Amino acid sequence: MAPSTGSSSERPDSRRSATPATRVYLDYAGFAPVDPRVVAVMRPFLEGGVGNPSAPHSLGLESRAALDSARAKVARLIGGAAAGVIFTASATEANNLAIRGPLQRVAGGHVVTSAVEHISVINSCRDLEKRGWGVTYLPVDGTGRVDPAAVEGAIRPNTALVSIMAANGEIGTLEPIHEIGRLTGPRKISFHVDAVGAAGHVPLTVDEHGIDLVTLSSNDLYGPPGAGALWVRPGVKIAPLVVGGGQEGGYRAGTENLPAVVGMGVAADLARTEGVGEAGRLRELRDRLIAGLECVEGARLTGARGDGRLPHHASVVVAGVKADSVLMELDLRGVAASSGSACARSTGEPSHVLRSIGCGREEADGSLCFTLGRWTTAAEIDVLLDLLPGVISRLRRLAP
Amino acid sequence: MALLPDQKIDCLGLFCPVPILKTREVVKQMSPGQVLEMISDDPGSEADVKSWSARTGHHLLEVEKHGPVYRFVIRKTG
Repeated sequence: MAPSTGSSSERPDSRRSATPATRVYLDYAGFAPVDPRVVAVMRPFLEGGVGNPSAPHSLGLESRAALDSARAKVARLIGGAAAGVIFTASATEANNLAIRGPLQRVAGGHVVTSAVEHISVINSCRDLEKRGWGVTYLPVDGTGRVDPAAVEGAIRPNTALVSIMAANGEIGTLEPIHEIGRLTGPRKISFHVDAVGAAGHVPLTVDEHGIDLVTLSSNDLYGPPGAGALWVRPGVKIAPLVVGGGQEGGYRAGTENLPAVVGMGVAADLARTEGVGEAGRLRELRDRLIAGLECVEGARLTGARGDGRLPHHASVVVAGVKADSVLMELDLRGVAASSGSACARSTGEPSHVLRSIGCGREEADGSLCFTLGRWTTAAEIDVLLDLLPGVISRLRRLAP
Repeated sequence: MALLPDQKIDCLGLFCPVPILKTREVVKQMSPGQVLEMISDDPGSEADVKSWSARTGHHLLEVEKHGPVYRFVIRKTG
């Protein structure tokens, strides 16, 4: 069913209500406004007349049908079987399920991952290490790309899982998923792909890429926060982390968050039908932004260029300034952006991703990340590019 | 002889960034010269604690590993 209300040209209210003064929003990877067409479909599921999908009455049956329809839509985005979709409360939970799930079934083994994965993948792997599993964290090149030959070299006789992200959320680099999928398939090793940053922006189909497990996030598809999914290829065995009443095929107990799941389904449908066209538009805006950023004195692009990069992502390190100060100055002038990693911000350490691509501490301190989305305009990019050089040179003059 | 710490924190079971955040909180409350013992079983904590103490200037006096468990002894600088 195609959503009928609203239009993608209409800006969601949430975009402005978060920070009233914000005129330019360039932190879509941090939080994406929920598409008004998604909100319209979710509304009846919040306002009543809806039952528990496990209930025996007719309202429950309607909810069950809505849940199954959302499952089919999410599966269609990645070209997988609908039965493989397990809804979770977040992509972090889905990553945990994909990586810590197998340990419930197997006494010990080995996992191959990269040094630039999302922290939920890294910490899930560390949990396996605590339980006696071996983990290889592969290094990356200067753009953050994993070498498929290194993946092949790291595979051991007891390797059970390879987990490599489709795209890096901090530096925008696309990973060679296709090449890695060709290595794992014939060896009967499960291949997990954290597709949070990439899904809906770049083509990703599970059969073509030889993928067995996929992590998706609702909000990164302009769906509501509080929903995510793990797709599991039928026949691949995992074990639940949350047990209870057997919902989600027994892999994730707890009454389903139906409004959010229905919203994620609609968001996935929109991403499938509009994502490719949108990517072309965003890529043009991104290249305009990157060209402007590279004109800023002392700025250096982090991550890959061109087709090796997410279409909506631009990131730089700027010498001689602190990202926090730049972001505060931009915020005062109505521009919302980020430094790329919330985790690193809390500890004051350079993020593991920037360390892995060879950024020193001082360089990493000046890390800026701009992510574009469905409602980004060329005018917004120009506002940022007009403001940024002045903000940076002023901060440099103030620096001790 | 092992140093007697003024404060101890147990970060067993926790993952990055929590051990460093807890360490930072406790060190902030301590007086210069006092010694903190932190134990952690996060496989990444050795690199994290070394990097954190190098940056903040606090002295990492000891790093011991007993099986999966790390023991860090840190002296707060002025």
